[in-house]
Amino acid sequence: MAASCVRTVGSFLGKCGNSCSSINSVTSQLSRQVLRRQICVSSALHRKNQSNRTPPKFTAEFIEQQVEEFNIGKRHLANMMGEDPENFTQEDIDRSIAYLFPSGLFEKRALPVMKHPDEIFPKQKAVQWGEDGRPFHFLFYTGKQSYYSVMHELYNKIQNLEKYQDRLRAKGLFSQDVKQISLGSSRWLTKEEVEGVLVETITDHNYNRLIQLMERLLSMPYCALEEEFVMRYRQQLETQSRKQTVPPLQRDERGVAFSTAEGRRKTSNSTVVLRDCGSGKVSINGQESIRYFPVLQDREQLMFPLQFMDMLGRFDLECTVSGGGRSSQAGSLRLAISRALLSFLSEGEMENMRQVTVFRSVAAGLEGCSKLYAAVIGRFSVSQLMVLSAWRSCRWLTGQLFRPLALLKKLHLDKSFHIV
Amino acid sequence: MALHRLSFRLRQMILQERHVRTLRTSGCVQQQEAVAESEPEPFSVFRTQESDPACHSEKHVGQFYTVPPAHVRIVFPYGLPRRYIEQVKTFNEACLMVRQPALEVISYLKKTDFSKPALRYVFYGVRGSGKSLSLCHTVHFCYTQGWLVLHIPDALRWVKDCTELLPSSYNTSRFDQPLQAVEWLRNFRTTNEQFLSKIKIKQRYVWTKREFTEEGSLLGELVDQGISRVKSSSDVVGALMKELRLQSGQPESNFRLAVAVNSVNALWGKSNIMKEDRSAVDPEELTLIHNLRKLMNNDWTGGAIITTVSQTGSVLIPKSAYLPQELLGKKGFDTMDPFVPVSVPNYSEKEFESCYLYYMDRHWLQHPQSLTEDGKKELIFLSNRNPTMLERICSSL
Repeated sequence: MAASCVRTVGSFLGKCGNSCSSINSVTSQLSRQVLRRQICVSSALHRKNQSNRTPPKFTAEFIEQQVEEFNIGKRHLANMMGEDPENFTQEDIDRSIAYLFPSGLFEKRALPVMKHPDEIFPKQKAVQWGEDGRPFHFLFYTGKQSYYSVMHELYNKIQNLEKYQDRLRAKGLFSQDVKQISLGSSRWLTKEEVEGVLVETITDHNYNRLIQLMERLLSMPYCALEEEFVMRYRQQLETQSRKQTVPPLQRDERGVAFSTAEGRRKTSNSTVVLRDCGSGKVSINGQESIRYFPVLQDREQLMFPLQFMDMLGRFDLECTVSGGGRSSQAGSLRLAISRALLSFLSEGEMENMRQVTVFRSVAAGLEGCSKLYAAVIGRFSVSQLMVLSAWRSCRWLTGQLFRPLALLKKLHLDKSFHIV
Repeated sequence: MALHRLSFRLRQMILQERHVRTLRTSGCVQQQEAVAESEPEPFSVFRTQESDPACHSEKHVGQFYTVPPAHVRIVFPYGLPRRYIEQVKTFNEACLMVRQPALEVISYLKKTDFSKPALRYVFYGVRGSGKSLSLCHTVHFCYTQGWLVLHIPDALRWVKDCTELLPSSYNTSRFDQPLQAVEWLRNFRTTNEQFLSKIKIKQRYVWTKREFTEEGSLLGELVDQGISRVKSSSDVVGALMKELRLQSGQPESNFRLAVAVNSVNALWGKSNIMKEDRSAVDPEELTLIHNLRKLMNNDWTGGAIITTVSQTGSVLIPKSAYLPQELLGKKGFDTMDPFVPVSVPNYSEKEFESCYLYYMDRHWLQHPQSLTEDGKKELIFLSNRNPTMLERICSSL
């Protein structure tokens, strides 16, 4: 699938030849069928049958050849760009390709790409049996050898751990409070991701059993010994606030604390100076908030970060904003205010705000929900957040982009939000 | 303010302690007295019982007073801003807030020397800060004092969107606006009923070949003439203004003239109306405006001129302009100069508090969040204490 979509620069001709021949073989098969049955088949049906066929099998020699071509092509590219061929990294390759093949397309998958063949061609199983026809792996005849081997390995580890614990108990060195694996910032791989790791399809039942067994391993006190094995099947979650730098709290000559922060939304840029011991005055580009934002919705956007932390009458806001339209200016100001507010908050409050802002960034990725994230204030559990971040890759969501309330209902989160 | 959460009687006790002016009994029995005698009339922080504007003073700043229903019908037939009229209908009472700018002008009016030329007062402020209602408060004061009130509630209405424009019979270069003139005459008649039969006109006016008003006839007849004969109504308005201007300040006349014009910057601004050949009409070419401009000059005595300048609704003026000089333009400023500018700011904290309590008392704020302290802070932030904004946020959808 990936092979037919993406055109790599290094192996241009070879792949073209490959795909053409495979298409030709399919059409010739079909035409033979047509002659036999004398049924008129339209070209649309031809295309449909082609999309249902299995992905092409690549032999190991073919992949090796691709790797060689890639390496040679990399050196050629480095020479073309006038750089050192020895130290030409993947980032340099991407940069050069973007320079040589400028494109105005927005779809990332449609841009020209030159990557190592391992990243392009789907992982395929090597030949499973030797020349005499005997399979290498002892679980070959289960049909899902990798999956069952993982399960066996896992169960072995559990048994070993139990034996270890028994030995410790016998010696009297058993203790409950041993260092545990920290699982807070990661999640289990989804079924599709596990399939990618094992390079074979598994059913839902299989996946659930795998997770159950993993949980059983984790329930044992000494599971930290198998941490590396467990982490192979967990995905780290990127958290926003780790990247969020808190602006420093400055003091002016009268001793009043203030902080400055910037924010961006679409094409607007804004800067906000938040002064403490104020009366809730807001000035935007020198004008009053009522004059600059006659629409109520924009003023509500400014209000939300302060209202969330119950600090409405405490600060004076001095804002400057430029670019974009009315809504995007309000959005950028809101972001700038929440960033500036971070320097006045404690850790726990910052976590609270982060949860809301993570949702906002996830939802902002679903562009149609922009009004939703502007309107929703909610506090909700981390597990719900993780579900949301996993949904990012789901395709059905694109259809849901313009129905934010229905989306919330689907995710069973409609009760946890206070829609304003 | 946590007062609304306290029980009724407790509230009386605390309020009685706070408002020294309402205590009429001795100190030791104030509690029982309060409970006993204030049952029929609920007192509150945001309301005052004083409905006579002459008695309003600094003590009443921030409090609402009720305009007696009879006065509402007479003094303000169409003098109030549109949204305020809807509020009056909803709440079934016309409550105006006593604010510092109006009090200032009222105090000046009380001390007017009627032998000197009329002083001009101009209310100015940002959009929605309460200029029109301050003017209405002052007009109510003038009415209760027995002055003759010439109230033009919106000069912009004469300068915009006029459908019927007749060439003036008196001066062919000018244009008449019969509908507006008739409407205004009707309202003038309602407001100043009592003066119509007392004042006599001093000049003979000929309207057409067969119609004329003799010298010495009553003002009421002049007004009726204008209402019945629509074609000459604009000229009647002009004649009326001229008569009143000449007569006020004379020793034999027994009335004071108060000219109250809302959005006076319309007189010297641009107009929306177009002639048949699609060229814009200069306000000077409109009879009503021409005559009103004559009134604005301070060459007459025995009264006062109270005006507001507003950007809202004015033609081709930037939204950021709110100072009198910007809005009046050079010509207008030269005509109005010297005048007393009175600034009308947004609500102070006390006034905002008062307005908030009033809305709560009227059960206008229905959302449970709005009854909390946090809700009040939200309202302060969103409306920036601007009266119109607050009213719009709290209003129905």
